Amino acid sequence: MDWIALTLSLKLAAWTMLALLPVGIVLGRWLAWNRFAWKPVAEGVLALPLVLPPTVLGYYLLVSMGAGSPVGQWFQSAFGRTLVFSFEGLLVASVVFNLPFAIQPMQRAFESIPQDVRDAAACCGLTRWQTLARIELPLAWPGILSGMVMTFAHTLGEFGVVLMVGGSIPGETRTVAIAIYDSVQAFDNAAAGVMSAVLLGLSLVAMAVVYATGARRAGRRG
Amino acid sequence: MAERAGAGLEVRLSQAGPISLDVDLACAAGEVLALVGPSGSGKSTVLRCIAGVLRAKSGRIAVGGRTWFDSAGGVSLTPRERSVGFVFQNYALFPHMSAQANVEAALGHVAAPERAGRARALLDRVNLKGLESRRPAELSGGQQQRVAVARALARDPRALLLDEPFSAVDRSTRQILYRELATLRRDLAMPVVLVTHDLDEAAMLADRMCILHRGRTLQTAPPHEILARPANSLVARLVDMKNVFRGKVAGHDAAAGITLLEGLGQRLEGPLDERFAVGAEVQWAIPGSHIILHRRDRPSRGERENPVRGAIADFLPLGENVSTVIRVEATGESLRVTFPLHVARRNGLEAGAEVVVSLLRDGIHLMAN
Repeated sequence: MDWIALTLSLKLAAWTMLALLPVGIVLGRWLAWNRFAWKPVAEGVLALPLVLPPTVLGYYLLVSMGAGSPVGQWFQSAFGRTLVFSFEGLLVASVVFNLPFAIQPMQRAFESIPQDVRDAAACCGLTRWQTLARIELPLAWPGILSGMVMTFAHTLGEFGVVLMVGGSIPGETRTVAIAIYDSVQAFDNAAAGVMSAVLLGLSLVAMAVVYATGARRAGRRG
Repeated sequence: MAERAGAGLEVRLSQAGPISLDVDLACAAGEVLALVGPSGSGKSTVLRCIAGVLRAKSGRIAVGGRTWFDSAGGVSLTPRERSVGFVFQNYALFPHMSAQANVEAALGHVAAPERAGRARALLDRVNLKGLESRRPAELSGGQQQRVAVARALARDPRALLLDEPFSAVDRSTRQILYRELATLRRDLAMPVVLVTHDLDEAAMLADRMCILHRGRTLQTAPPHEILARPANSLVARLVDMKNVFRGKVAGHDAAAGITLLEGLGQRLEGPLDERFAVGAEVQWAIPGSHIILHRRDRPSRGERENPVRGAIADFLPLGENVSTVIRVEATGESLRVTFPLHVARRNGLEAGAEVVVSLLRDGIHLMAN
């Protein structure tokens, strides 16, 4: 059992989740309530990580964050090290490939708030921030929670993109999914088995949480 | 409790699209104005423009001398700045909040320690004492509507807007809510605009009625006046007047107070109406309440007025009444008349039966062609 890899995975998942919380709320809310000509394109771009092979996504991320890219050069000059093959680079990649997992449930949650309810909030004299805090977020909360849990679970399990962008540097970019692969390569089936079981358990708990919040929401509306 | 509005609500709106609007209406303080029209006529759009959740391309909305919207002057207050009470068709209660919290949400202008008491008093006023802690899903349709009314009144609004507030409840609950609203409105000092597609509801609850069709206000008047004297044949059709015909003015007799009319293949007498010159082509209407059947057993006084002979072409019992179509002998035009079932039975009405009816003079109403 590679505890360092597991800790790294949990850390990556937690940071990805936190980074995507405001992003998902802002983008999900915006996509839910605005209509514009190129909306299908915007939604399509944000959904790409669902269908692209992780190696393809990883390749583009590697190129766009590499030492030759503007982003990579900026990071190098600001922090004195490369963005790729670092935890920070892994986090950026993780945020990108989790966009649809965070945004889509949150978008659906905001879409389910009727226009009349939002108009009623305005007619009640609530400000935009009061409406967000007291009406929208509490009503969208199950979707926001499921977006966060999906992001967390998906980050734990991601393999291809992590390998492309981060490699397998112990303590820096070697997540538990990579560690499992390395263990199998090294014929350490016992370690691979334990780590796989841990991932399986965590993923199962995450999915149960997602469905439990969905069921509670359905019950409340029914 | 309500802030006394000095004057009423004045609304002028116009736009070509997406929903075309050509609206001109006014509602005095303390008055209930029913905005009536078929679905898709733009009633809810007008209400939303007044509330400020929608904005018309051009026009002006003012309440009590205060301008809420003026496209020419570049004024457009937010719903929050307008202070309206809005009861939505499906109430739009906040589903995660108790009835009490729903009402308190609209009490932001009141000092925090007073809000709970004010909300309880409002819920008490709409007969919801004891249900303060229930969430909307735990309330019946009628109770939800009452919470929505309490929440709308909580703002001390300058105008109260009701969007089909009775459409989502069953018939018996609706009757109770009608009574409650009629009672409540006695104490309301602000203009109240009630959107409905139900003429009976409008006639029952409103002081005046405004007919809206395809975004255009056609006529505003007390309900009984619109129902008896529609401004034109379109209004007549919208208020469900079934007997509208073409005719020609044959003469005026100011001394006798009558206007003579060529219609249904004969000469008819109507109340004096000198808006139309002799020889003018007009449309004319008569409400069903002014068409009386000549009874076989005994003649009645009204029978001398405009007797019309015909045969029953359609005879359709509907509950306690019978809906009939009488084919006029002279022209083949159709008169649609509803009789109580017992009257129909006693007079041997059935499909094909010959009948004579009188069109009571006072009911005949002339309209521009």
